Amino acid sequence: MDFVKPTIEYADIWPLILVFGVACVGVVIEAFVPRAHRFLVQTVLAGAGIVAALVGTVMVARDLTVHADGAARGAIDVEGTLAVDGPAVFFWGLILVVALGGVLLFAERRLEGGVSAFAGQAAALPGTEAERQASKSGLEHTEIYPLLMFAVFGMMLFPSANDLLTLFVALEVLSLPLYLLCGLARRRRLLSQEAALKYFLLGAFSSGFFLYGVALTYGFAGSMSYADINEAVRNDLTNQSLLLLGIGMLSVGLLFKVGAAPFHSWTPDVYQGAPTPVTAFMAAGTKIAAFGAILRLFYVAFGSERWTWQPMLWVIAILTMVVGAVLAVVQTDMKRMLAYSSIAHTGFLLTGVLGVQQATDLSDGEITSMQAVLFYLTTYGFAMLGAFAVVTLVRDSSGEASTFARWQGLGRRSPLVAGLFAFFLLSMAGIPLTAGFVGKWAVFTVALSAGAWPVVVAAILCSIVAVFFYVRVIVLMFFVDVAPDAGELASVARPSVLTSATIAVGLAATVVLGVVPGPVLTLAANAGQFLR
Amino acid sequence: MSDLPLLTILIVVPLVGALVTALLPKASRETALPKQVALAFALVTAAVGIVIATQYDNGAGMQLEEKHTWIEPLGVHYALGVDGLGLMMILLTVALVPVVFVASWHEADGRNPAAFFAWALALQAFALCVFAATDVFLFYVVFEATLIPAYFLIGGFGKEGRGNAALKFLMYQLGGGLVLLAAVIGLYVVSADAGTPSYLLSDLQQLDMSTTWERWLFVGFMIAFIVKAPLFPLHTWLADTTEKATPGTSVLLVCILDKIGTFGMLRFCLGIFPGASEWATPVVITLALISIVYGAFLAIGQDDILRLIGLTSLSHFGFITLGIFALTTQGGSGSILYMVNHGVGTAALFLLAGYLIKRKGTSLISEITGVEHRAPVLAGLFLIAGLATLGLPGLSQFVSEILVMIAAFDYHWWVGAVAVTGIVLAAVYVLWLYQRTMTGPPVPADEGIRDLDKRELVAVVPLMAALVVFGFFPQPMLDAVNPTVDSLLQHVGVTDDPPTVPIADHDDSTSEEGH
Repeated sequence: MDFVKPTIEYADIWPLILVFGVACVGVVIEAFVPRAHRFLVQTVLAGAGIVAALVGTVMVARDLTVHADGAARGAIDVEGTLAVDGPAVFFWGLILVVALGGVLLFAERRLEGGVSAFAGQAAALPGTEAERQASKSGLEHTEIYPLLMFAVFGMMLFPSANDLLTLFVALEVLSLPLYLLCGLARRRRLLSQEAALKYFLLGAFSSGFFLYGVALTYGFAGSMSYADINEAVRNDLTNQSLLLLGIGMLSVGLLFKVGAAPFHSWTPDVYQGAPTPVTAFMAAGTKIAAFGAILRLFYVAFGSERWTWQPMLWVIAILTMVVGAVLAVVQTDMKRMLAYSSIAHTGFLLTGVLGVQQATDLSDGEITSMQAVLFYLTTYGFAMLGAFAVVTLVRDSSGEASTFARWQGLGRRSPLVAGLFAFFLLSMAGIPLTAGFVGKWAVFTVALSAGAWPVVVAAILCSIVAVFFYVRVIVLMFFVDVAPDAGELASVARPSVLTSATIAVGLAATVVLGVVPGPVLTLAANAGQFLR
Repeated sequence: MSDLPLLTILIVVPLVGALVTALLPKASRETALPKQVALAFALVTAAVGIVIATQYDNGAGMQLEEKHTWIEPLGVHYALGVDGLGLMMILLTVALVPVVFVASWHEADGRNPAAFFAWALALQAFALCVFAATDVFLFYVVFEATLIPAYFLIGGFGKEGRGNAALKFLMYQLGGGLVLLAAVIGLYVVSADAGTPSYLLSDLQQLDMSTTWERWLFVGFMIAFIVKAPLFPLHTWLADTTEKATPGTSVLLVCILDKIGTFGMLRFCLGIFPGASEWATPVVITLALISIVYGAFLAIGQDDILRLIGLTSLSHFGFITLGIFALTTQGGSGSILYMVNHGVGTAALFLLAGYLIKRKGTSLISEITGVEHRAPVLAGLFLIAGLATLGLPGLSQFVSEILVMIAAFDYHWWVGAVAVTGIVLAAVYVLWLYQRTMTGPPVPADEGIRDLDKRELVAVVPLMAALVVFGFFPQPMLDAVNPTVDSLLQHVGVTDDPPTVPIADHDDSTSEEGH
């Protein structure tokens, strides 16, 4: 058998390679650069790498070949394993922006009095002498930056994977560093480690489902590549049950990653336990990447089997919205509340995903489901990043104070920070003139246009519930008279410019996308459809 | 002059005022400076409103139009315009806000007055935009945006329990708003199916939609407006809100913001879904009648003055809705007039009640008596405002009430008969309220109570003047309103039954048939 050298289109995928390269260099730095300099070198390297990759993404985006009168653009690269098309590049850009915010939050050292929010020495058991030693001598893990870069690499790979194996590899590459990062909190370490273990076990379990789904789908189609699977779905009617089981199993794996009910139960624990900068990065980044993968898998590989998976997504979307919205109402911890709200947002996003229609069913200039989901993810990413960044600022003597009781009357003590948080919440609630509103409008519209009115009705009802728990936090911050026996109250710590910048960018994006969403919607429209 | 984007200026002035007031240096927070700045902006806005009124040409349809593409992919425009209905609402809004400012001068003292005045100006800006919007998306955006300042006005200023009242208010309004969102989305889908998606009112009016779609979308719009107006059974936020909020806030809410509900019924329900509006009249009129009678009974049973006044509005909004959905010219014109007159009358009532409560330190009717001995001017003005509310001839509300009653009897005799009881019950709650609080022997504890001072008089006297002037001479308003109502009803496709009552004797050229 002859070995044929694979052709790799470096010009198209160099931002991916760059991110991967920076991650590897980061590992080398850990080995060779003295401890005292590592922090600076690692942060600058990670930041510069992401910015360079972002520039590269823009350059790649400008050079994409246009197909079929602009309905799609890009190319299938690396022997058919990677699709570098409009949506993929859009996802890359979005993930990189979120990652940049993540790096800035990771590097914040002012809030903890000169050290980062990560454990000084992760190997030291909580509560032992070793731990005290580590924190006294000011140790900190700078491995978090390479880990972050590996996760970013996986996230970028995820939405552009064009066969099932690449998809699985990307899934693992993005997940493993995150499992680790979740367990690295400096404070409340047991909670953090528990979160990491939970995330890992459940994640590994869902990967098992996913892999089984890959096998079954391969059994059906005789190929891993999306194009071949699509071909098989169109022509082959013999082994329908293999296909259905395959779709189901693959869905379990992917829906676990986005935190859709009934695979959502890890979300609140992990969001709460993980260091807040990680939560911010993970909540935004993982969801964006996983929705990219879901969209491509369902639209490209199973696009012709729409009638099978759309009803399933109807049920999952409704269930997810109900679970997220209802359970968020009873939370008393800010991070858990945001976690449940992110579950509800998953449901809203799925509402957009199931709104897919044939291009011929859409009238000229009508919004497409791809456009709606891309826009929603953009607004969601910025709002989540901003909201969690604000959570890192609100502290009491034992570190971050995320319980509601501590937040009482925050609006009186620090009107600016409380006002910012309120604004992010209003955006998540979908109040007009914020980005969240336009996002919500877009996903509901495509779903209604595709005839999914029961889902839209459920989404509206859940939105009403969601408004309640968001507004309740605003009441808590601004209108509650603090009881004399309220105990210790949180105050706002002054962050360095890193966290402030992240919040400012999140705020600016939320305002601008709310008032003039046109350009980004047009950009999402120009990204076009997936390349098959 | 006519090239100036007057409507945009009208909206921008209070918005800028809100920002300026909010951003004044902290040191000036407790001085009178923020209030003076806010009042100045409110007066400038009022002046712009008057300029618009002078530019307005009766019978020329939608005018002073502005149109710019806003969100192209969604077919959304920043489109403004004003017709007779819009003009009335805009004038009501620009007139009431300065009045509220003067009356609430000390209301927020000690609680960050700059915030109160800034939020109020923001509320005014959004409300004006609602009344001028001719694009459904723009309307929806500002419709919801009004809630934020309203929420902070209720939640930030007022008495014990205001936080929960604000939450209840917001939940009701946002709930209605989200139902409206579903309908707005539906409009996009229908309009996209018909060709190019567009949210312009003028495009939507041409839209040919299926009966099923039209009815569902109508229901969505109507539910939101029923919450807003409010009508039975979605009215329960009203009394709680007016009880806890300051009287000034209540004026802004009940007299301006709630008008968006009935305004929307006319502009959007009748304008975009004429067929469905006609289809729904029996149900809507039933709800209106229940609101009229039930609201009045609830008002009679109240022991809190502010709750009582809030619930009278439920009854009045019933009348307005009844007039709208009777689908006759008298009903339409009557209900638009009613919206203005109710705004003026109820504002006077709220503000005077506020003065009274400030003096007595309680809002409970059972604890107030014999005020007319100590404060005769207050009592007298309160009586006039009350009489206007119950529709005494010679005061402006009478004109609108009689027009609505004519329409009601025109629709069916029993509808008129039920509506009439609302007027009788209004006499009960107003006069009984007056009797219990103002008459009776003087209370020794009231020695220190003073009558209205100059500032307080300056606020309410213009309202009193308006009540009397428009009671005797409603013609200018009718002239502005009638063409709008005519074209709206033409759009719905109903014509009046043979004339029954002449509604205007002087100006034959502009009023409709029936002289």
